[in-house]
Amino acid sequence: MATETGPVAAPGKGGDGDASKIIRFEKVVKRFGDNVVLRELDFDVSPGERVALIGPSGSGKTTILRLLMTLEKLNGGVIWVSGDPLSHMRKGDQLVTADEKHLRQVRQTIGMVFQQFNLFPNMNVLRNVTEAPIHVKGVARDEAETKARDLLNLVDLGDKYDAHPSQLSGGQQQRVAIARALAMEPKILLLDEVTSALDPELVAGVLDVLREIANTTDITMLFVTHEMRFARDVSHRVLMFDQGQIVESGPPDQIFSNPQEQRTRDFLHAIIEER
Amino acid sequence: MSVVLQSFPLLLQGLILTLEITAGGAVLALVLAFLAGLAGTARSRILRAVSRVYVEFFRGSSALVLMFWFFFALPLIGFRFEAVAAAIIALGLNVGAYGGEVVRGAILSIPPAQYEATIALNMSPALRMRRVILPQAWASMLPPFGNLLIELLKATAVAALITINELTFVGQQQRAATGESLPIYTTVLFMYFVVAQVLIFGMRRLELRTARSLGRAPAARRGRRPALAGVGDGGGSGGVG
Ligand SMILES: Nc1ncnc2c1ncn2[C@@H]1O[C@H](COP(=O)(O)OP(=O)(O)OP(=O)(O)O)[C@@H](O)[C@H]1O
Ligand SMILES: [Mg+2]
Repeated sequence: MATETGPVAAPGKGGDGDASKIIRFEKVVKRFGDNVVLRELDFDVSPGERVALIGPSGSGKTTILRLLMTLEKLNGGVIWVSGDPLSHMRKGDQLVTADEKHLRQVRQTIGMVFQQFNLFPNMNVLRNVTEAPIHVKGVARDEAETKARDLLNLVDLGDKYDAHPSQLSGGQQQRVAIARALAMEPKILLLDEVTSALDPELVAGVLDVLREIANTTDITMLFVTHEMRFARDVSHRVLMFDQGQIVESGPPDQIFSNPQEQRTRDFLHAIIEER
Repeated sequence: MSVVLQSFPLLLQGLILTLEITAGGAVLALVLAFLAGLAGTARSRILRAVSRVYVEFFRGSSALVLMFWFFFALPLIGFRFEAVAAAIIALGLNVGAYGGEVVRGAILSIPPAQYEATIALNMSPALRMRRVILPQAWASMLPPFGNLLIELLKATAVAALITINELTFVGQQQRAATGESLPIYTTVLFMYFVVAQVLIFGMRRLELRTARSLGRAPAARRGRRPALAGVGDGGGSGGVG
């Protein structure tokens, strides 16, 4: 996960070492070929904050989460997580492209839930949840299993420990994926349209679980969603994106009841029409 | 019929040697296939190049000539092999090259989403390969491995040419001794056939079990291509034998 930019001078202002912000995007540039998806994007997130990312298709929401999960390389700027550069590492007063070791280090605090669940089909439900705690974190098997059972109970799958992922509904699989991510005790949880692959009747179950997690933990959450009701209930702040830029940002009441920007109004309108 | 009865114990001994060479070749080929397949998907360019060279060289060389080389040529520069060892090494190297392509293809066929899930769980590349990618890839390796195993069984007949008294060799001897070509060769054919059927049956059981453990519907028996047809990436059986 290198950048094309090579070494850059560590920017002195703020970002560097500023641990009061758990996430900080600083002039982040992301291109796919000639397609500039993010141009010098700046924003930050406080610890425990829950931020909803909304905006039209192709506006770069998924890309932001994937950059944070180190699934994509950035082409410019720096992403800071708890004051540490995510895609770079310090070398003297320079920031150089991160190596695998640094990436393993920074990934410890971040978890992600995907639109398509991405459970491991070669493991049953319990093993999906315990695999990483045991083999990545070195948690004892008993302890990992006890914790996994608690988490599976939390996501309402107390009777499915031994089931195979293929025997579960989409909604159930997604709840396993949420438990699996939580088992690694991330400080930051990224959720990319986690209900949009689900049949309508299964959406509520997954959203209820996320509401519960939001209410009972202080995990920082960044979620991309088209469920405006959910975004309004759960988020502290909404970021409206268009073409890789933040068009409008504010508390959910303001964004949903009294949007200032025409593009936000158009987008919310289109979403409501869709329903 | 009495000819067959007389020759039968000897043919059976030949068959046992055939099975031994098949088993030895299969184990060697399996190990080489995994090494070549893993190296072929490694991040290191050097590893990928080494894998490429191995696969291309041994896929493109005849198992028979390889065997001659190990048995007749290498001793000239001081490395002496038992005939059976030479046969096993030659066949293992050859079939392992095909197997390497099978392993590489199977690893590459695992959806990127599975890799991404392991990154989100902070797994190391080794853990990801061992616990997530290979167990899934194994399912798609088994059908082509089954074909290769049958190829290997049939290819062991070339060992007759370095005087190993495996099944084909014993068959020839018995024919020469008795002059009864028809019953002797019919028996030999039948023995190969029975062994092949047992191997095919075993591989299918393994395929089914593996598919089921991945939650895949036990694939309705697709019309299995004859063992002679494409192995690996469609390169026929030309390289073997
Ligand atoms: N792997 C890729 N290769 C090339 N282009 C990509 C890739 N991933 C994303 N893009 C492009 O980047 C832009 C932003 O995509 P992104 O997936 O971040 O949008 P999004 O806001 O999540 O949209 P959606 O609501 O449809 O999920 C799009 O123009 C998309 O075509
Ligand atoms: Mg998206």
